[in-house]
Amino acid sequence: MAVLSNHPVNRDQAKVMNRYDITKRLVGLLHADEAVIGGIGYTNFDLWAASESASGRRQQNFYMLGSMGLAVPIAMGVAIAQPRRKVFALEGDGSVLMQLGSLSTVAARKQTNLCVVIMDNGAYQITGGQKTATGEGADIVGIARASGLEQSAWAADEDAFVELVARSLKEDGPWLIGCRIDTAKPVDTTERDPARIRDNFMKGLGVRA
Amino acid sequence: MADKDSWPEALYDLLRANGVTQFCYVPDAGHKVLIDRSLADPDVHSIPLTTEEEGVAMVAGADLGGDRAVLLMQSSGVGNCINMLSLTAGCRFPLLTIVSMRGEFGEGNPWQFPMGQAVEPVFKAMGVIVLRAEQPSDVIPCVTAAITMAYQSGQQVAVLLTQRLIGAKKF
Repeated sequence: MAVLSNHPVNRDQAKVMNRYDITKRLVGLLHADEAVIGGIGYTNFDLWAASESASGRRQQNFYMLGSMGLAVPIAMGVAIAQPRRKVFALEGDGSVLMQLGSLSTVAARKQTNLCVVIMDNGAYQITGGQKTATGEGADIVGIARASGLEQSAWAADEDAFVELVARSLKEDGPWLIGCRIDTAKPVDTTERDPARIRDNFMKGLGVRA
Repeated sequence: MADKDSWPEALYDLLRANGVTQFCYVPDAGHKVLIDRSLADPDVHSIPLTTEEEGVAMVAGADLGGDRAVLLMQSSGVGNCINMLSLTAGCRFPLLTIVSMRGEFGEGNPWQFPMGQAVEPVFKAMGVIVLRAEQPSDVIPCVTAAITMAYQSGQQVAVLLTQRLIGAKKF
């Protein structure tokens, strides 16, 4: 896709960034309306941490503490139900490798209000840093494009990440943004009450009183 | 009252009358009418999945966004959903799934038996309530009950369209 030509074509050319730092940048670009589904692992721990501010914690986030791999289809269910809202799925490389079919499901539906952000450090970090296939040559952005998600790109660096997120907020998707990230420890740990996580999110979206 | 041949049409009408707008499925012959009607209906979203656990997540996402969804699958797909049902149970998501059965009454394919026979114990082990529709006159009462249990009481409910109801396949 020509409009994404200033972004690196493959994973090797993308800068390794800090997970918390770019999650903070993402949250900083969001308004109250966008929904975010945080996949299992450090991805959602840092989403939890980045969503805390002086005015309280961002409520339109859903955090997965299990059921690995399903952030994208959960986000799609929300996106279909809430067509005027942008919905983000944050997912790790190990998780998305488990459900690659979900990328083609999103592409087939041309879900315009959905943006998938992949945090790729090439490792199942929370279980001890064992390698995933992305460290051995699997390229998630390449897989996404081949699945039909044409608007998929690696974030070359932090500025490019911000530019891509800003575009995804303004323009129709579906989008997929690949981020190479480091193996830093997450800044905080997500609270562990699944029913409360659901309840908070629904209240944040205004679909439940 | 739905007769021998018209229950699939009545079932679609029942789901629509109860506000179901997201139909997620891995195709099966037993769900052909529901799938075709959802594809032809401009007021619903008809979503083919690559695997059944994707549907467990989509049903949860639909609820998060304020929609009602149904997951349609064959009995073999139930096994794919097991771990994902932790999401449903833990967050207390309503779940309505309609499962067309293989591996039971009159089955001629030996490969279908292990999962077909495991459907009920596996669902029950994960906290999903199972209702069985054995004949055409069972379908609408079972799904009506399941709709109330799922959307009003927040339960996870599977309605099995048994092989006695839909007939054993030749393949």
